[in-house]
Amino acid sequence: MDFDLMFTSFPKLLGATVVTLKLLSVSLFFGLFIGLLFAILRLNKNIFINKFAYGYSYVFRGTPLLVQIFIIYFGLGQIEYLRSTFLWVILKEPYWCAIIAFTLNTGAYTSEILRSAFQTIKPGIIEAGKSLGISNKIIFYKIQIPIAIRQSLPAYGNEIILMMKGTSLASTVTLMDLTGVAKYIISTTFKPIEVFIVAGGIYLFMTFIIHNVIKYLEKKYSFQ
Amino acid sequence: MELLAFGKTGWGDELFYATLMTIAVSVTAMLIGFVFALIFTPLKISKYKSLNLIGNFYTTVIRGVPELLVIYLFFFGGSSAIMYVASIFGYFEYIEINAFITGSMAIGIISGAYSTEVFRGAIQSIDKGQFEAAKVLGVDKFAQFYKIILPQMLRLAIPNLSNVWQITLKDTSLISVTGLVEIMRQSYIAAGSTRDPLLFYSFAAVLYLLLTYLSMKLINRLEAKYSRGY
Repeated sequence: MDFDLMFTSFPKLLGATVVTLKLLSVSLFFGLFIGLLFAILRLNKNIFINKFAYGYSYVFRGTPLLVQIFIIYFGLGQIEYLRSTFLWVILKEPYWCAIIAFTLNTGAYTSEILRSAFQTIKPGIIEAGKSLGISNKIIFYKIQIPIAIRQSLPAYGNEIILMMKGTSLASTVTLMDLTGVAKYIISTTFKPIEVFIVAGGIYLFMTFIIHNVIKYLEKKYSFQ
Repeated sequence: MELLAFGKTGWGDELFYATLMTIAVSVTAMLIGFVFALIFTPLKISKYKSLNLIGNFYTTVIRGVPELLVIYLFFFGGSSAIMYVASIFGYFEYIEINAFITGSMAIGIISGAYSTEVFRGAIQSIDKGQFEAAKVLGVDKFAQFYKIILPQMLRLAIPNLSNVWQITLKDTSLISVTGLVEIMRQSYIAAGSTRDPLLFYSFAAVLYLLLTYLSMKLINRLEAKYSRGY
């Protein structure tokens, strides 16, 4: 055990954690909106809209995140037309490419979580709202959405943790996130175990925090 | 389109073999995962706190740390660990383990953590009476787990195991960083030499979709088979 290395690499890894957290929070923020949008589209009665939303979530859940990042980072730059538009400012940056890939990926999973939450709402609740003369719009925003969010908290907590692990793939497109820096230190010192313990410890600590925050929210917003 | 053709001019046959490699790694990893799950599930549900601790440590650490980091640990640490063990037995030559074994071990350990959780959930949903009946009949602990609980548990576990299979299949794409030529690595090579990344990565996505689709069909059939009589 090389404890010196563990001590010296800790601040470097902690600095890289900021990049990981940034990637995570930005993509979760946008992903939540995309997820909600596609969950609503999934509940639409129009078969084309419905199928489109299903196709989106099927493709993004059925392929590895690595492929998605590579298509966006390496693939889209190949299209001549895109290079001439303002989108190129975003797409030439690995940081934004990673964010786009993560957002679309977490959006697909989130849409599935929210859809199943919407579908498990008892029809009686909506009927009760209707018989009280509440308009459909208000039923949706004030009754269905809050219940769906509460229902999907445990599953969404898992998704946050999965996404946090997913951000490690940003290191494959040259970003120096926690995993990227860990790999750099491993490949320069050839001490994989020490670096794994420190970097893994930081990841575990974040998992622990996320897990407990979700647990607290579940308790706070439970129906009892 | 000719880039995807079979033969010397296209990458079709290379990608075909790469797909077989992905399937081989996924199946091997899944089986390694089952071995880990069969070891750690009894630990997790044991009544001894210290054994619980070992089981929980395994599943928590592996599920809380990115797959890529675990793969780097195996990739960089694998041969030195083996060489250390070999040096105890008096063998001092350089040993290099091949990428297939390192990759399947790394993904297998990850897959095992998820399978352990699935098995634990399935066992806990088995009726308590089954355990009691086995005890009353004097069946020993070992036979109780492997002959009575395991067969019943598998039926309950199949839907969740199919999720684990999907995760494992997708995780194999990460082994490409170690240089094992599976779908992702082959697409990377092809994209690099033809300067057509969009085509090859999109094709890789299609291959993965095809694999997940076909395996879902297969698993559904398996599920129907094991729920006969229920």
